[in-house]
Amino acid sequence: MGDYILLAISCILVNNILLIQYLGNCPFLGTSKKMETAVGMGMAVVFVLVLAGVITWLIEAYILKAFGLEYLRTIAFILVIAALVQFVEMFLKKSIPALYKGLGIFLPLITTNCAVMGVCLINIKEEYTFMQTVVSSFSYAAGFGLALVLFAGVRERILLARVPKPLQDTSIGLVTAGLLSLAFFAFKGMV
Amino acid sequence: MAKTITQEFVKGLWDEIPPFRLVLGLCPTLAVTKSVENGLGMGVAVIFVLVCSNVLVSLLRKIIPSQVRIACFIVIIATFVIVVELLMQAFTYALFLKLGIFIPLIVVNCIVLGRAEAFAYKNGIVASIADGFGIGTGFTISLVALGAIREVFGSGTFLGISVFGSSFQPFTFMIEAPGAFVCLGLMLAMMNLAGNK
Repeated sequence: MGDYILLAISCILVNNILLIQYLGNCPFLGTSKKMETAVGMGMAVVFVLVLAGVITWLIEAYILKAFGLEYLRTIAFILVIAALVQFVEMFLKKSIPALYKGLGIFLPLITTNCAVMGVCLINIKEEYTFMQTVVSSFSYAAGFGLALVLFAGVRERILLARVPKPLQDTSIGLVTAGLLSLAFFAFKGMV
Repeated sequence: MAKTITQEFVKGLWDEIPPFRLVLGLCPTLAVTKSVENGLGMGVAVIFVLVCSNVLVSLLRKIIPSQVRIACFIVIIATFVIVVELLMQAFTYALFLKLGIFIPLIVVNCIVLGRAEAFAYKNGIVASIADGFGIGTGFTISLVALGAIREVFGSGTFLGISVFGSSFQPFTFMIEAPGAFVCLGLMLAMMNLAGNK
């Protein structure tokens, strides 16, 4: 049990997927201008990432490894993620319309979110067991959501500040992300 | 407006240089630019994938139905990413290990998919090659520039050769994650400043 808690802390804080591992930065800068969209994106990522992590692990273990097809990993994973996102979208639309409305346009965007693909690949690279995969997928996604929400909070304040013209928008966003990343950097060595 | 082949190539070097003008493909930009060598390796891999996928998408653009085009693009791109992955594993194993999961992640690099969708699907093969080569070269230049700044200040070396001599205290902030964000942000600001004249 203790191991799983340590793994969770390390995935959420120490190796934060956005700020330390640099994955998923496109949606990070794109959807963090408003708190509302940040929360929506965070939730959508948690939902899809846990499913994707589990399914890609099963595929790696029972199909790719079993038949010696590891070189097809990239194409297999991306197709699984794309299909999964489509499927989740249809499922939510039919059965939980409220959640579907909440996540809205963020679901299809997740297909090209490198955080999802990245975590699936990390799970395989670190040779995690099935339970570890579940924990790490969830924690990485939670870390993504946490960073996104924190960053959106900061960014909403920046809108009110007077930023020099060349630095506006993405540029100041990146510098802010750097400072936030510095804060997360301080967790290094904790686990 | 018909552009010449040269114009298609040149636009990737300044007008639409990724990741500055098109804010796409940030993840590999931040992650692999710890050194010039990594940046260059990644850039060349992206050029290869971009040119090949542009060619194939452009050739097949009349056959691919538009409803399923994104799925087709992804399969095409993934195929070339696997080719690059296997080639790098065979010939540049040290670089392959350093770039790690970022090679398979080229498949979700928005630049490649973006060019397939925005350019190759609508244009002929020669223009697509020029576009892929131009955007890819622009991306490589950005990666090498960022890599150079981070490597020179972060480890005091350039392509592994010491720049400042042994008494230099490396500014390690630059090669860690926070430095990557700040450095890219400031470079973007400088590009804006230069472009707005």
